[in-house]
Amino acid sequence: MTSERTYAEINEKIKSGKVVVMTAEEVISLVEEKGVSEAARQVDVVTTGTFAPMCSSGVFLNFGHPKPRIKMQKTWLNGVPAYAGLAAVDAYLGATELPEDDPCNSKYPGKFNYGGGHVIQDLVARKPVLLEAVSHTTDCYPLAEVRTTITLDKINEATLFNPRNAYQNYNCAVNLSDQTVYTYLGMLKPNLGNAHYCSAGQLSPLLKDPYFLTIGIGTRIFLGGGVGYVAWHGNQHFPGIQKDQAGKEYGPGGGTIAVIGDLKQMKPDWLVGTSILGYGATLTVGIGIPIPIINEEVMRCVSVTDKELYAPIVDYGEAYGQREPGNLGYASYAELKTGSVKINGKEVPTAPLSSYSKAKEIACLSKEWIQKGQFFLAEPVESLPSYKDELQAKILEIKDV
Amino acid sequence: MSPRKIILRFGKDISEKPVIYKLVKDYDLVINIIKANVNPNKEGTLVLELTGEKYNEGLEYLKGQGVRVQPLAEEVFRNEKKCTNCGVCTDICPTGALYMQRPSMKVMFDSDHCIVCQLCLQICPYKAMEVRF
Repeated sequence: MTSERTYAEINEKIKSGKVVVMTAEEVISLVEEKGVSEAARQVDVVTTGTFAPMCSSGVFLNFGHPKPRIKMQKTWLNGVPAYAGLAAVDAYLGATELPEDDPCNSKYPGKFNYGGGHVIQDLVARKPVLLEAVSHTTDCYPLAEVRTTITLDKINEATLFNPRNAYQNYNCAVNLSDQTVYTYLGMLKPNLGNAHYCSAGQLSPLLKDPYFLTIGIGTRIFLGGGVGYVAWHGNQHFPGIQKDQAGKEYGPGGGTIAVIGDLKQMKPDWLVGTSILGYGATLTVGIGIPIPIINEEVMRCVSVTDKELYAPIVDYGEAYGQREPGNLGYASYAELKTGSVKINGKEVPTAPLSSYSKAKEIACLSKEWIQKGQFFLAEPVESLPSYKDELQAKILEIKDV
Repeated sequence: MSPRKIILRFGKDISEKPVIYKLVKDYDLVINIIKANVNPNKEGTLVLELTGEKYNEGLEYLKGQGVRVQPLAEEVFRNEKKCTNCGVCTDICPTGALYMQRPSMKVMFDSDHCIVCQLCLQICPYKAMEVRF
């Protein structure tokens, strides 16, 4: 039996119920026991998962036309503005959008109780959502205002389109300053009081295909409890390999993907409105990418463990905000998951923002879908840029204008 | 004598009396105010940790003033449906009442160790921690 297989062969095995699927966690022990070659011969698909706040998320909506018609120049959903600079009755609701009267951080740290992400969860939960719209009137769109309620099933389309999701890797945040700071990675206590990280590590989709050998445009994925697709590389897709100053490598850096899917298929357990104290509102998204074992190299990549995957440790007390380069070293996800990590000679308590147990559930659910013949693998129509493309982040220059 | 946690509820008439001062001055009790709230109608709720020899006398005094006293039980609880088991609360909780079970990486809540500081209510991104009196 060969360890090389095509997407068509895998899908044939899914159809006949003979496919062998393992989660990215399960396959680790198989590879440890039998080696990469034998594991690649035995296993057709390895499922992954991640469940964490993903701010670059949102939904394109088409509300349907009322009688008489309205153009809808500005719209609000449960008081949260949705961008309507599109065709009539189309809008895009972003996960981090806030009601215009939210006090934000004027009463520090702000609570950000309700924002775009919460509206998305309410829609998916089939709750009625208040729609308000205003517009200039035209000969073809005579109505100036609308105030009504909508539900997900009563509108034409709701397409989740998240331009930057499923970060390949992320910073482990600490605070070197002498004051508590509130960041998108949570509350960080002063003087290295704690360290927050945000990755599913050995279950995380893009850490398990670090060179983008299988994940590309058109890859079918688990998205928010439904089926979605990789639409493009994500914004800020920088899939380089991390290196310290001495040139030692610390694995994959910061690839991202843009994903798309039908919100109407998704579930509120996997798209959760999120409030981050002192930072903002967002959406926590569940994503899983089944990886086809097309050859041994892919199997070698999916079987890496938390011990071999590293997060850079970054000071959010000062350095991050001031965009100062460098970091305080690297910590493996195995170390981070123990609950304590040594930084600058000090034992620092750690906590994750990404739910490992939910990531595992996603990997298990995807496995079940494939085993039941409900989910087939899609061969990418184009590859995504990889480390070979040497993509670098640009800096926004602030000019005197 | 170990500290005991109690909830006091009082009406408008009491909120203007210095009852806490009396507990300290006349009954020599050590008081840690865990939570205090007076609503616009001047009705109040006070969660206290009390220590001292004259604990029972102090409580009798409060009752005599018309304060309703009840022991504090299971005040902070976790809404299991909302909790995503992310774990971000586990290094913020000052007593370790919220902690990570390993290797499952699920969040556990041991209410016996909870001191009702309510930090978890503020920082939980999913509002899964709730307080019930």
